[in-house]
Parts: sequence; C-alpha cells; structure tokens
Amino acid sequence: MLHLVNRSPYVSTSLDSCVKFAKKGSPILLIEDAVYGAMAGTALEKKMESIMKDFTVYALKEDLLARGVTNVIAGIKEVDYTGFVELIEEHKPTTWT
Amino acid sequence: MKFGVMVQEGPYQHESSDSAYQFVKAAMEKGHEIVGVFFYHDGVINSTKLTDPQQDDRNIVKRWSEIGEKGVDLVVCIAAAKRRGINDDVLAPGFRISGLGQLTEMAINADRFVTFGAS
Amino acid sequence: MSDISKIMIMMRKAPYGTIYSFEGLESVLIMGAYEQDITIIFVDDGVYSIKKGMDTSAAGIKDFSPTFRVLEMYDIEKLYVDKESMEARGLTADDLIVGAEVVDTETITKLMEEQDVVLPF
Repeated sequence: MLHLVNRSPYVSTSLDSCVKFAKKGSPILLIEDAVYGAMAGTALEKKMESIMKDFTVYALKEDLLARGVTNVIAGIKEVDYTGFVELIEEHKPTTWT
Repeated sequence: MKFGVMVQEGPYQHESSDSAYQFVKAAMEKGHEIVGVFFYHDGVINSTKLTDPQQDDRNIVKRWSEIGEKGVDLVVCIAAAKRRGINDDVLAPGFRISGLGQLTEMAINADRFVTFGAS
Repeated sequence: MSDISKIMIMMRKAPYGTIYSFEGLESVLIMGAYEQDITIIFVDDGVYSIKKGMDTSAAGIKDFSPTFRVLEMYDIEKLYVDKESMEARGLTADDLIVGAEVVDTETITKLMEEQDVVLPF
C-alpha cells in the first residue's frame, strides 16, 4: 500500500502515524507541506533517515519546487505527477492528513 | 485502470484541490479512466460558479469544469453541500449534486481510490 | 476481484474541532446499505469520537456520537480501536460508547493491507 502524507512534519503527527501503521517496506509519498520533511540539513533529517531504513520515501517534485526545497535528503526519490500516477498504478493508496 | 478521487478541502484555503486536479490530469494523460471525483467536507466549495479569483491566479473551479467537459463525473456531496450553502443555483458547469452513495459506488468501481485532504 | 469490496474507514480526527469525524460517520451509514465489507478503525484522535460522557449542549454543537452505537443496525460490525492510541489518551475500553475490539498496531497494519479502499476521515 502507498501512503500519502500531506502535512508538515513540524506541526503534524501524520508522518509519525503513517510510519507507525504502514507495513515495513511500503512506499511513502510526501506531498504538499509534507515535502518540508524531505529537506536536508534540518532537525528532522536524522529521523527521516531512520524512516528510510524501513520505507521507500518519495517526495513530489512540483511541491518541492513550489517551496524552494532543492537540497533533498540523499535517498529520497523525487517524482512528478506522472510518477505519482505510476506509484498509484502499482499500489493501492491511503492518505495521512 | 479506473481511478476514483475524493477532495476533502476547499479551494485556495488548502492545496488539496490543486493536488487532486494535477493528479487527475496526469492520470488522464496516461490513459486512465477517472470514474469520478467526489467533493466532500469543505471540498464542496470547489463547485460554486460564484468563485471569482484575481486575474493572475488560477481558476480552480473552471479547471474542474474543464475536467468535467472531458466526461469526468464531478460529484458534490448533497449533505455537505447543504450545510455550506451550495445548491444547484450556484453549481458550476460539469458538477452535479448527489448523495454519499456515489462515494461508495466510486470506491467499489475504482481500481484505485485516492483521497486528497485534509488539514 | 470479488463482487464485494473491502472498504476501511480510518477515523483519525477528533470530533467537534473539525467536521471530518462527523461527516465520515455519515458516509459510513450510507455505505452500510451497499452490502460491502466495511471495517472502521479508530486511531490517533479518532478514538475521541467514541468517548463516553460527551455533552455538547453548552457548546451549542450537535452531539453525533450516539450514531456510532447504531452502526450494528446498518450491518457494520467490524469496529477496531488502536490500543496504543487509546491508552496514550488515558482511556480504556470501558470509556468507549461502542463495543469496538481493542487491537494492537500490527493488527491494524494487517487489516489495512487487506483492504481494497481505505478512506481517511
């Protein structure tokens, strides 16, 4: 199952809940304000890296660009909307808001 | 594949309407069928033709109407709409107001159901 | 694919502060009529939706929690509560207005993976 997360990890527990309930090995796609969690050199970088040990983390390119997040943590995969659609083709989704 | 989509937030206030639109557009470009877009909670506000954004901004409602013109069923939840002052008088082209049964039917008929929301 | 879809309603939001929980419940009631395989999970603040002792009269808001008690009449019997979410909020099964099964996180993960559709509210 693909897990969509759309809220900033600085204000919301959405990502924490996603990680808690998602099956290990599942893909997680960060969209909207959740993409701030993909930025390198932040207080959350270590946490993201630990999440990446159990999950494949993606971030939506259009939302990264919109927010000026260019320094993405190594290992987080950037996908555009076409890539988003391809992830949905492969997995049933749910959303953590 | 058949995709169903739910939008849970109002336009402009929250990015979910934009995300859902971009997703639907990309899915259609890849040849997928959109069985419907269901507007729920404040998402029903996506359907009012009274929307009049500034010239240099995107017109979210018009964008949905264009998707509707391509044959996508844009369903506005009646219970949520009535609570928020949305009725047939203000409905933009391409939208229709219907019951929650439509959400269930989309969930049943779609191979993938994607929710965009909430705050 | 079978004729019956497995649909999960994931209640994650607290009642009253926002409408997601209430309108999510409204959608569940309609789904019951479609004879699908419906599961409801209460996780995170969603647990507060089924807490005993709500009195919304002074706040001037409609109390919709009694509706959770009649879900059984709509043939919706698969209700699960995340034990960790419940205990973190200082609640026990006795504090809940419905007889939902209290389960661990792993069980919820497994249930989610079995679904055709998971709708978050």
